[in-house]
Amino acid sequence: MTARSVRSLSGALKPLFSHRLLKVYGAATCQRHKSSYTPPPAQYGGRHTVTLIPGDGIGPELAKHVRELFRFCCVPVDFEIVTVDSTMESEDDIDNAIMAIRRNGVALKGNIETNHNLPPSYKSRNNLLRTSLDLYANVMHCQSLPGVRTRHRNIDIMIIRENTEGEYSSLEHENVPGVVECLKIITRPKSLRIADYAFRTAREKGRRRVTAVHKANIMKLGDGLFLECCKEVASGYPEITFDSMIVDNTTMQLVSRPQQFDVMVMPNLYGNVVSNVCAGLVGGPGLVPGANYGVDYALFETGTRNTGKSIANRNIANPTAMLLASCLLLDHLKLHAYAQMIRRAILSTVTETRLHTADLGGKGSTSEVVQSIMNAVQSTGPYTLSI
Amino acid sequence: MAGSAWRSMLTQVVGGAIRRPALSSFSRGMQTVTLIPGDGIGPEISTAVMKIFEAAKAPIRWEERNVMAIKGPGGRWMIPPDAKESMDRSKIGLKGPLKTPIAAGHPSMNLLLRKTFDLYANVRPCVSIEGYKTPYTDVDLVTIRENTEGEYSGIEHVIVDGVVQSIKLITEEASRRIAEYAFEYARNNQRNSVTAIHKANIMRMSDGLFLRKCREVAENYKDIKFTEMYLDTVCLNMVQDPTQFDVLVMPNLYGDILSDLCAGLIGGLGVTPSGNIGANGVAIFESVHGTAPDIAGLDFANPTALLLSAVMMLRHMGLHDCGNKIQTACFDTIKDKKVLTKDLGGNSKCSEFTAEICRRIQDLD
Repeated sequence: MTARSVRSLSGALKPLFSHRLLKVYGAATCQRHKSSYTPPPAQYGGRHTVTLIPGDGIGPELAKHVRELFRFCCVPVDFEIVTVDSTMESEDDIDNAIMAIRRNGVALKGNIETNHNLPPSYKSRNNLLRTSLDLYANVMHCQSLPGVRTRHRNIDIMIIRENTEGEYSSLEHENVPGVVECLKIITRPKSLRIADYAFRTAREKGRRRVTAVHKANIMKLGDGLFLECCKEVASGYPEITFDSMIVDNTTMQLVSRPQQFDVMVMPNLYGNVVSNVCAGLVGGPGLVPGANYGVDYALFETGTRNTGKSIANRNIANPTAMLLASCLLLDHLKLHAYAQMIRRAILSTVTETRLHTADLGGKGSTSEVVQSIMNAVQSTGPYTLSI
Repeated sequence: MAGSAWRSMLTQVVGGAIRRPALSSFSRGMQTVTLIPGDGIGPEISTAVMKIFEAAKAPIRWEERNVMAIKGPGGRWMIPPDAKESMDRSKIGLKGPLKTPIAAGHPSMNLLLRKTFDLYANVRPCVSIEGYKTPYTDVDLVTIRENTEGEYSGIEHVIVDGVVQSIKLITEEASRRIAEYAFEYARNNQRNSVTAIHKANIMRMSDGLFLRKCREVAENYKDIKFTEMYLDTVCLNMVQDPTQFDVLVMPNLYGDILSDLCAGLIGGLGVTPSGNIGANGVAIFESVHGTAPDIAGLDFANPTALLLSAVMMLRHMGLHDCGNKIQTACFDTIKDKKVLTKDLGGNSKCSEFTAEICRRIQDLD
């Protein structure tokens, strides 16, 4: 039989054999593709389109640097820029942004400021993004960097924070004048989901221990439910040690002996506190990127979500966090080579050339740091535009 | 003009009242203090404190009481009536660590005390101890935490199976009260600024109310700088540079987390003093560490936390000289590093540590 007829025969028989073939090759393919995640399709000639929301404060200038760096490194990513005006009361801007992210599947954003003196009808734009797109997991990886001087060394903590419920449900009411009630909602499905995400991530990254942070001695039902869900999920991952710690003890341990923590999973508000403490421990808000993952969408930003109003437009902001977030974005789009190239260049600037911005105690400006990163890319990387 | 003079006189009187609660107890020069030794290492550290106070010739008369919960008429749990009567009379208490049994049926003793005396403010001054090295030096801040409501109101419901709702309660009255206490404390202790900590960008109504009350009270204390900061910004800055903070005032949950964070900065709960201020001039000072049942009775305990809380108590009563003397002796002993208990890095016994402090006090005289 000719090759062509074999092919057509096998094509005809494929539905019959596919099931068995999958069983034989299934295990092998599963080893190769660890998760069934596929990035958003790269339409338009193999180039991805990513929504970019500059935000407020230092957001716009850092977004500009990201675009500059990507253009320089010839990264096949086009940005669709959506501005959100935080001073406007109407939610049209943020609705447009959400639609753009639904369209593209991935986004990079700066922090959008929330004026907390406005009435409760004005919801936090950042929170709206997270809840509408159901970006349920906020992941922050805090690592001590060799070139950055901090009080504690050898920190390597991965913080996984529930991003959509808990204290951030924004459900408040004033039944009696002068008495305000704010509801904190904890649900079983969401707690199971975040716990599962935490353990899956721990397994994928080869981490040994997951610590749940809670306050179940006081909030017995709410945090008790969260803890129960974590324990349930933990039973399915016997190779990973699971323990729990009360949040006030956790912060105390973090400032005295942060090396004891590996992966931490927690509800929304404690996540806010713990992630900011850890970011401070490894060198500050300018160094740590953050990622928000949902089932269908992903959003990347700086880890501690600051607008940096006081240092805006002065060319002194630290671009490291935003640029590392863009590397996480490239990893998410499976453009690993580009991600590694840029990440290596960023880390070499921070650790080897020690060109630091003011927040790390140095005298460099933002543009100098970005230039240094581009130099590092040019000296190691394959194809770049001319400087 | 006349109004502001009247108001400033009023605040002085009120401030004086906060500082010197019951004038009658001063008549004989000796102030009565209710001492609650507590469980575990409580009795031995209380004895240590009493010995040190004796060496310092502090004008304090101790009245020891037990606060084991008993069931009162009507089936409600309450503290023994003699303890309550002693506290009502003396207005000042010093408490060691109390054990909370898991299945005893009664609520935590700390909670019971808080409810009985309406202890609305928890004050924790965190000052770096010179001899006890931590990665953070020059810490000098005070956390003032609202102690009665907020996230710890204990109101929780299961809406449907798998959905739990916890209620965080913020009231105008409690927020105003804690803000006023914070500013009064700042004024009485020569502190420069008060920072309100909140998350009003997310919890607009509740933390918004708390902030509004703080702002209103700040109007009456123009000599003290008032700032507001988000909880996450405070956490971020606290671990990088704690020297930028002075007095911090906040609702219950944030206070719980931050006060323990600050305690961690100076060396942990074994060296951190704490005071609970209540309505009607009642104040109970306590050590916030646990009962340490594994070392109870073995003379290994570190009395520093209870001692520093007792010093806080002396300052609250206006006996600053005595308080300073005892504190200097304690810090000098720790700085010297010759006689230290096990948790501070030495291998002396509690009694030896106490004796060393007593010796230093006598040398200081």
